[in-house]
Amino acid sequence: MTTAMLERVRLASGEAAQPAIEVSHLTKAFYDAEGDRVTVAVSDVSFSVKRGEFVCIVGPSGCGKTTVLRILADLEQKLSGTVTLHSKTPPAMVFQEASVLPWLTVSENIAFPLSLKGASRAEQERRVRELLTLTGLTDFAKARPHQLSGGMKQRVSVARALVDDREILLMDEPFGALDEQTRLVLQQELLRIWETTGKTVVFITHSVDEALTLADRVLVMSPRPGTLVADLDVPFERPRDVVEMRRDKRFWDLTYEVWRLLASPGRA
Amino acid sequence: MSVAPVTLTEDELRRLKAPARRERLVRLASYFSPLLLLLLWELSSQLNLIDRRFFPAPSAIAETAWRMVLSFELFDHIGATLRRVGVGYAMGAVPGIVMGLILGLSQPTRRVLGPIFSALYPVPKIAILPLILLIFGVGDASKFVVIAIGVFFLMLYNTMSGVMQTPQIYMDVAKNAGASRFQTFRRIAFPAALPSIFTGLKLAAGSSYIIIAAAEFLGARSGVGFFIWASWQTFAVSRMFVGIVVISAMGYLTILALEALERRFVPWAKH
Repeated sequence: MTTAMLERVRLASGEAAQPAIEVSHLTKAFYDAEGDRVTVAVSDVSFSVKRGEFVCIVGPSGCGKTTVLRILADLEQKLSGTVTLHSKTPPAMVFQEASVLPWLTVSENIAFPLSLKGASRAEQERRVRELLTLTGLTDFAKARPHQLSGGMKQRVSVARALVDDREILLMDEPFGALDEQTRLVLQQELLRIWETTGKTVVFITHSVDEALTLADRVLVMSPRPGTLVADLDVPFERPRDVVEMRRDKRFWDLTYEVWRLLASPGRA
Repeated sequence: MSVAPVTLTEDELRRLKAPARRERLVRLASYFSPLLLLLLWELSSQLNLIDRRFFPAPSAIAETAWRMVLSFELFDHIGATLRRVGVGYAMGAVPGIVMGLILGLSQPTRRVLGPIFSALYPVPKIAILPLILLIFGVGDASKFVVIAIGVFFLMLYNTMSGVMQTPQIYMDVAKNAGASRFQTFRRIAFPAALPSIFTGLKLAAGSSYIIIAAAEFLGARSGVGFFIWASWQTFAVSRMFVGIVVISAMGYLTILALEALERRFVPWAKH
């Protein structure tokens, strides 16, 4: 909580000039030795993310947006270009599928990063309690993942990514497998959590609707080889209401704009 | 019986419940089918349809068993066999699991050491028993070793495949959470492999009893295997059958115990 407040102070005093993430001319390719085939997944991608900003990368499946995120998380090696994270802590990741560890309870899953660091039991319990409350999981503290719905599992993933209070949060289509109602509820909660923690967020999605609902800025990627075709500001005021904002005409104008870019990336 | 709020006709209810009724009947029959076999055996033996010298009636075997229980004579043999299986099993299982985790996690190690294990695994354990007896003597040590070898390979391969089937996403979670190599080993690879490890433990328990029976036939002065062989040599066929039933029951109970442990330690897996 205190780091979030400090962040606000720094933002107010205009010290936010230095971005949290800088990516320039990032290229990633895969080589299939058997077929002697080179696939360029990401080609010459450059962008930066300001401190405390919520950025969505949207694009069709297979456009390399997940690859970009995995490179930011150091789960994948880049081929060329530079990636700089101005952050004292490594970024935390919320994964696409059910990444909740089935042999641990909800509480143990949330505490996992802290327990790896050897944090004291009291410290772990205190943080887990805070996050159970924040993510609405208090009643499920002792439950095992197989007893949870898909939405509940993704709440656990979000709580786990927040538990050791890292500055940057990377989210890889975390709500992609959920039904629309659950997705809407979780989007609203994510916005609430983001507003209280002030983290820098990079959120990957293939849903234009989701990107506009959540982001300050939307980066649009073209199909393979993935390149950035647009960088759009999303002007809606905060805090947002994920249902009410759909009455705003600008929402549908932007939706049309992004769809047009996705349908014919050459025009951008 | 609960009644649905919307009323169904008698005929609809009957058809609705028919599969459940059939299921109950089949389950009842499944309990009694082994008894049917015993009954058939009993009758064939009583009526001299099969040679009573080699296949004494189950009732005669039960009578022999009861006399042996009263005279306590089988318990020392059971104790000897249990000790050999227990010690040999532990000696094989622990290194097998550790080696399986290492080979499962490290591709270079797997590629270098894998062929050695693949070459040794198909050697029948009983075939090398004479060698083991030569090296470790006719005492318990040779039994421990031959069981340990059999158990080791089963645990190695089951653990390794368990680790290799671990979804990549769990490894990514560990890396992102800042896990060291050893933490990944202990907190991710081991629990992820636990269901396969238990499959291995159950297979290994079964094969331990096969190996010990054969080993005790050949070189032992105690144990249930020895008892079966000695009974056969003296043509005490009823006693031999008691021995066979006892060693089968020991294997069965071991596997039941392992299944109970599995439910306790792998509560997330489907059983």
